[in-house]
Amino acid sequence: MSAAADVAPVDEATPGDSGALARRARWSDAGLFAVLLALALLLALALASALLAVADASPATVFDAIIDGSLGSAPALATTLNHTSLILVVAAGTCIAFRAGMVNIGQEGQLSIGGLTATAVALGLPFAGPWAVVIILLAGAAGGAIWAVAPAFLRFRRGVSEVVTTLLLNFVAFQAVSYAVNQPRLLQEDVRADSVTAPSPQSNRLPDDDMLPALSSGTGYRLHVGIVIAVVLALAVGFLIRRTTLGFRLRVFGFNPRAARRLDVKPGVMGGGALIASAAFAGLAGAVLLTGVTMRLQGGFSSGVYGSFSNNFGWEGLVVALVATYDPVYAIPVGFLFGALRAGSGALTATGISPTIAAVVQALVLIAVTVPALLIVQRRRRREVQALRRERI
Amino acid sequence: MDDVALILDSAARLSALLLFAALGELVAERAGTLNISVEAMLLGSAFSGALGSWLAGSALAGLATAILCGLLIASVQALLSHRLAVDQFITGLSLNLLALGVTSFLFASFDMDSESMGTFRVPLLADLPLVGDALFDQSWLFYLLYPLVPCTWWLLYRTRWGLQVRSVGENPESCEVTGIDVKKRRRQAISWCGLMCGLGGAYLSVGLIGSFTPNMTAGRGFIAIAAVIFGRWTIRGTVAACIVFGGTDALRLALPALGFELTPQLLIAAPYLLALVAMLLIRPGRQGPAALGRGYTEFA
Repeated sequence: MSAAADVAPVDEATPGDSGALARRARWSDAGLFAVLLALALLLALALASALLAVADASPATVFDAIIDGSLGSAPALATTLNHTSLILVVAAGTCIAFRAGMVNIGQEGQLSIGGLTATAVALGLPFAGPWAVVIILLAGAAGGAIWAVAPAFLRFRRGVSEVVTTLLLNFVAFQAVSYAVNQPRLLQEDVRADSVTAPSPQSNRLPDDDMLPALSSGTGYRLHVGIVIAVVLALAVGFLIRRTTLGFRLRVFGFNPRAARRLDVKPGVMGGGALIASAAFAGLAGAVLLTGVTMRLQGGFSSGVYGSFSNNFGWEGLVVALVATYDPVYAIPVGFLFGALRAGSGALTATGISPTIAAVVQALVLIAVTVPALLIVQRRRRREVQALRRERI
Repeated sequence: MDDVALILDSAARLSALLLFAALGELVAERAGTLNISVEAMLLGSAFSGALGSWLAGSALAGLATAILCGLLIASVQALLSHRLAVDQFITGLSLNLLALGVTSFLFASFDMDSESMGTFRVPLLADLPLVGDALFDQSWLFYLLYPLVPCTWWLLYRTRWGLQVRSVGENPESCEVTGIDVKKRRRQAISWCGLMCGLGGAYLSVGLIGSFTPNMTAGRGFIAIAAVIFGRWTIRGTVAACIVFGGTDALRLALPALGFELTPQLLIAAPYLLALVAMLLIRPGRQGPAALGRGYTEFA
């Protein structure tokens, strides 16, 4: 770092050819970012391969199996897209919250509660069919939203960090679902009086007409319309954030709440609203999972994430939003990547490799994607500080 | 009577596990990091403890590898969140995901046969009625807690380092002006958390159970976070919260065997609910360290 060009971006305010220099510096930043990102991803891949090598598995075979199991056939692709739809709906909502500076990490719980309310409504409705599906999806969204009301209240009335509350409410939600499907007077399935088996911890099956319509189906697979819903929602949220006044105010609030006050943005309304909206998306994903795939509410008896109804879709949606730098439009390809990874790793079981490798790859990708961007920001900042010091001297 | 002693015994073991993690988490939170990777540290060191004791054939080696793993995860968290300024929750989240994935994956690939640490019965004291077994007939590591609790208190409240750690969590800007390296103190606090979680993980896999199972911590790291909150970020409160939460866990495990009907879901959710209620009741403005969860960038 010696040339004058290195400090050029700071002089953007001065007239003359410094604009060109600044532009060049920005481009060099972009180039460096691409190189760093590629390096980080390669490193992540190398680490995953090393882990596979430790377990005496050939990385090539595993990656072949993952690609084959996610994109190799019609059923594989359908599974990938079904996974993608859930992840993407959660991710789109998460973008709203993070853009408003609200750290919502309660998607798992909100998704579970969305599934719970959707099930309750679906089993309570006197009719089934397309309109019922719409009502069920809305019920899921409402359920998710309710789960974020308390964090929003605590954040803006009591000053409690929403991170803690949303995180803790995840575990409460798992237990709420587990309780509901273990209580015969709540949602636990009815068994015939002459049945010898005890009822399982799951709800009754939804009427067949409440199934999310299929885009395409065949032997062993069924692609539901969730992916269309998800892409439309992601694009809509992207439009909202980038192109509307509301989105502008949301972003200002996220960047600098004090400046937002000058725009007459009410913190409780904007921040709380963003938090609740993002939770509604997660709840909607729960309803999509219910009507598209499981058709009944199941609740493991676990206190962890695995074995719960949400089945890790909430975390993955959050991770996708983070990787996509809170941009719902970028979240579409990233979500597809993660959906494919999940579908492919599900297919790994047949090869005798533990599918948990998917979690490893996801975490490594998450770290690999976040670090380079920050290195760039830090480099820029260091240059600015140097320039400031030089001015003072 | 025997039943009560048995439940107390199990409560003591479960509380001890929480306490190891919570003592670390408390220091990290006082420095301003809401360290959700505490779960990753516990799980990772539980695994590496089992792995180390299997490879070296001794429980002490397991303890050493567990501590190393706790420190390793802590240094990754510290490096990413307090050197590179990655959001601390993103870091924690990815580390939790990574630890769960790596340990489950490696567990499925090895056939481990771990060592278990012996127990030690303190003479005389262990014969106390009711609480004797619970407090004085435990695994070796358990007794570390007796000095560790006052040690942590001394470290936080009676040393220059502790004062700086607490200040850094309250008002990092003023600290920097005073000449304290904010990020360094935060990194050190996280390392302390890693050390404690290393002990906790070793206590779980090598000390208590003698083997590893995937996701064996089952969210106990998050309960430790809840305990720190419920304990209002003080040593005394945190210890009390760990005992209460360990006790509810023990009750949940023991009551069905004794023939009581109960709803386990409520007991599992109790720590989280209690922490939430505590936050609702604490006066606004006294909600823990003022800079908790906020990243920090230096002025220059």
